[in-house]
Amino acid sequence: MPDLLIELFSEEIPARMQVRAAKDLKQRITDGLVEAGLTYAGAEAFATPRRLTLAIEGLTAESPTVREERRGPRVDAPEKAVQGFLRGAGLTLDQLEKRDTPKGEVYFALIEKPGRQAAEIVAEVLEAVVRNFPWPKSMRWGHGSLRWVRPLHSILCILTDEDGAQVVPLAIDGIAAGNSTEGHRFMSQGRFSVSSFEDYEAKLKRAHVMLSASERVEHIWHDATNMAFASGLELVEDRALLDEVAGLVEWPVVLMGEIDPEYLELPPEVLQTSMREHQKFFSVRDSKSGKIVRFVTVANRETADNGAIILAGNRKVLGARLADAQFFWHNDLRIAQAEIGNWTQALDNVTFHNKLGSQGTRIARIAALAREIAPVTGADPDAAEQAALLAKADLSSEMVGEFPELQGVMGRYYIAAAGYDAAVAQAAQEHYSPLGPSDTVPSAPVSVAVALADKIDTLTGFWAIDEKPTGSKDPFALRRAALGVIRLVLENDLVLDLNLILTTAFVAHGVLGPDPTNSADCKGVADRTNLLAFLHDRLKVHLREQGIRHDIIDACIAMPNSDDLTLLVKRAQALDAELKTEEGENLLQGFKRANNILSQAEEKDGVEYSFGADPKFAEDPSETALFAALEQAEPQIESALAQEDFPAAMATMAGLRGPIDAFFEAVQINTENQTLRRNRLNLLHQIRATCMKVADLTRIEG
Amino acid sequence: MADSIGAPRSFQDILMRLQAYWAAQGCAILQPYDMEVGAGTFHPATTLRSLGSTPWAAAYVQPSRRPTDGRYGENPNRMQHYYQFQVLIKPSPPNLQDLYLGSLSAIGIDMDLHDIRFVEDDWESPTLGAWGLGWEVWCDGMEVSQFTYFQQVGGHDCSPVSGELTYGLERLAMYVLGVEHVMDMPFNDPDAPIPLSYGDVFRQTEEEYARWNFDVADTAMLLRHFEEAEAECAAILAQPAQDPKTGKRIIMAHPAYDQCIKASHIFNLLDARGVISVTERQAYIGRVRALARKCADAFVQTRAGGFQA
Repeated sequence: MPDLLIELFSEEIPARMQVRAAKDLKQRITDGLVEAGLTYAGAEAFATPRRLTLAIEGLTAESPTVREERRGPRVDAPEKAVQGFLRGAGLTLDQLEKRDTPKGEVYFALIEKPGRQAAEIVAEVLEAVVRNFPWPKSMRWGHGSLRWVRPLHSILCILTDEDGAQVVPLAIDGIAAGNSTEGHRFMSQGRFSVSSFEDYEAKLKRAHVMLSASERVEHIWHDATNMAFASGLELVEDRALLDEVAGLVEWPVVLMGEIDPEYLELPPEVLQTSMREHQKFFSVRDSKSGKIVRFVTVANRETADNGAIILAGNRKVLGARLADAQFFWHNDLRIAQAEIGNWTQALDNVTFHNKLGSQGTRIARIAALAREIAPVTGADPDAAEQAALLAKADLSSEMVGEFPELQGVMGRYYIAAAGYDAAVAQAAQEHYSPLGPSDTVPSAPVSVAVALADKIDTLTGFWAIDEKPTGSKDPFALRRAALGVIRLVLENDLVLDLNLILTTAFVAHGVLGPDPTNSADCKGVADRTNLLAFLHDRLKVHLREQGIRHDIIDACIAMPNSDDLTLLVKRAQALDAELKTEEGENLLQGFKRANNILSQAEEKDGVEYSFGADPKFAEDPSETALFAALEQAEPQIESALAQEDFPAAMATMAGLRGPIDAFFEAVQINTENQTLRRNRLNLLHQIRATCMKVADLTRIEG
Repeated sequence: MADSIGAPRSFQDILMRLQAYWAAQGCAILQPYDMEVGAGTFHPATTLRSLGSTPWAAAYVQPSRRPTDGRYGENPNRMQHYYQFQVLIKPSPPNLQDLYLGSLSAIGIDMDLHDIRFVEDDWESPTLGAWGLGWEVWCDGMEVSQFTYFQQVGGHDCSPVSGELTYGLERLAMYVLGVEHVMDMPFNDPDAPIPLSYGDVFRQTEEEYARWNFDVADTAMLLRHFEEAEAECAAILAQPAQDPKTGKRIIMAHPAYDQCIKASHIFNLLDARGVISVTERQAYIGRVRALARKCADAFVQTRAGGFQA
């Protein structure tokens, strides 16, 4: 069983593409080999800035011979039929076999597809994979027509067994496969040949290449944390940066440097962002003061001066970058302190969306909406409005122009510097949240009001101009905005009349107005229904992740006031819990039975059995007992619902299970006696009506 | 190489070493194009010569103008006028990365002491309708060059592919010479009888142009010139290929392209004057791109563009 080693050696592969490329290489090569009839014991792929490597263990040496038997025409069939069969089988007449069958003497063909050598298959599969590799972006170079992520320089492809290593003969666009490779670009010279994966990995290590990305990550993390720790500091964790940096080096050397003291006054977010975005530096924090005081950079080589020149160079570049940042910071602070409102005004000239007007008009709408929502979140309406008017002011600042990802964070600093209340400043930072399913939801009342207003304005705006998300297309991240609304409401336990707020927002977008005969005034009615349904859909997705089935939510959405999401979810949770009990499950079956019998009878008779049933026609004790139980349960359910005590309402409803079961056990509904039948059907109606007060159980599946 | 002749001592020393190095690699050392451009790429020796199948190898320094970057000579590394050193080789040779690294050694960067990295940076010029893949090259964390394999120019696929190198000369020189402020950088030899700093040469012009670019340039005139350049470009290319006077086939790709360059620079000036709104911006860029495309279409119909009658 030979082992296969493939290395595709190229100019520097973008860091962000390496992990995926290694995965794709493994997947596509192994799929191709298996499809061609080979099997293997294990496979592992690697990527460095200059190479993609795949090691496959225990590959079968050849694909198996495949035998196939084909039945042909009768021996006495017309000549044409026999010739046709021979062509199809690729044989001559003397190679056919005659056999007696119940249908007479018949030709049989035995076709044998011989197995193929692994090398032949590998060559074919590798060429196909290289030529069709799914790089996010690929290019041509020189005279060639081959596409690769960057110029491909050499291919190593060997099969190794007990007798040694054999180069798999293949050439792609003039690049012939061999058994050699290169080491580190600067710390190693010339090519060397290898005979197996172990040999390859060891020789690479000697040539200053750490093949495994996870080894590089670990090495960087280990050295960087140790270095910080030794200075009484701590490394700021940044997994994405760690992965990226590991993709930029074959031989990571961690260096730590000081930040010039004059820049330490900058907000830590600014230091961190500037260092990460421009220089791919890690930040090192003084855990006592919380300040960023040093940086860690990862070089791709060792030097005789232990990196002194490299570190000095990096520090100098960082100084220039931070000088820029400091210039922005001071300028911005000066403007913010003089009149931060000018920044918001400047947004009048910035287009938000060509059909939704400028950022300025958008902010005005959000401010009005935040004011209206404020009482619900417990915020002072003036503060909420003020916060909304300032929340996006930092978009005009130079710092956010340079680092868009600092939007909100800078707003908080600048608004505070301008002398506003801390809650107003905080809202600038928090009103973008939550940005995803795992992002923290703000809880400060002013922040929540502005965050809701921001998202609702966005949603209603794009609904008003018919730019709803479709399928996988959601260019304005409206699903995220909807989930944001849902999480803001639920996690803060808000009682928000969504219909009312959506109405206000649609009015602000000019699609809802007082004149019902004017179609422009009415568009928003349909938009509102549609958007609420969209929010309910997103809520279903959200709750499904918490283990609540969609039909349970449907049963609750069908109930009144389902635009109050908090209420809706309380109801759904109670129903979910109740249906998980034996009592609840049986009640549901009883309900369904009652509903089915009733619906069938109503359809057959063409009437609705909604007159009150009369206990005086009760014949069986179980019937009487059911009357009594319903009589008792109804007011209890009513009062529990009035107090939004859904568990109590559900429990009371489930308590009907016993009487209902006993009733069905003892009594036949569709009896000959029409008076009794009518009364019983009316009783079933009462069961249905009582249960339907709690939730629309007809929507529950199963 | 650096050791034998010592470390460079001035801005012009670095420039001359780059020219000597690339001349030694077989490049034709061209002179700057005699028009205002925003980057070395605009030189027809790059834009047009990267089109078609005719082999090409050229290197040149190109004064580049970016009116919005003017800082009155006060910023340590930002100016409205600066130099790019440009290399274009078609087809891109397989050892272009090594050749490039050799050029760094030639200007005194010791590969054994510095950390050189190729960091993904794809290049795109919306005004030229051009794009390519490559890297920015980092030396100790500082971007010192742009390295690009041209894939498309003026809307045409590049075949063969050209390799393009662009060095930001001032920044690179400041790093090599250990200078903090560009205006303090020695332009000629510091021991020359009349030593001149970069500031001696350019501080005043930076002030003058910054004032003109930002506050004085006549925008109505510039807008008119833009329209005129656009119209002239189209008019040139609308001429029949055969010259009625000489009877020769003369497609005027270069004169037309001059008008495209002109329009592009005027757009940059208008941008610096702040008279182009965000929405108009895209439209102007689109108009310049349309000119670049037409010029590229014309160039591939010429001999240098690979046309064979």
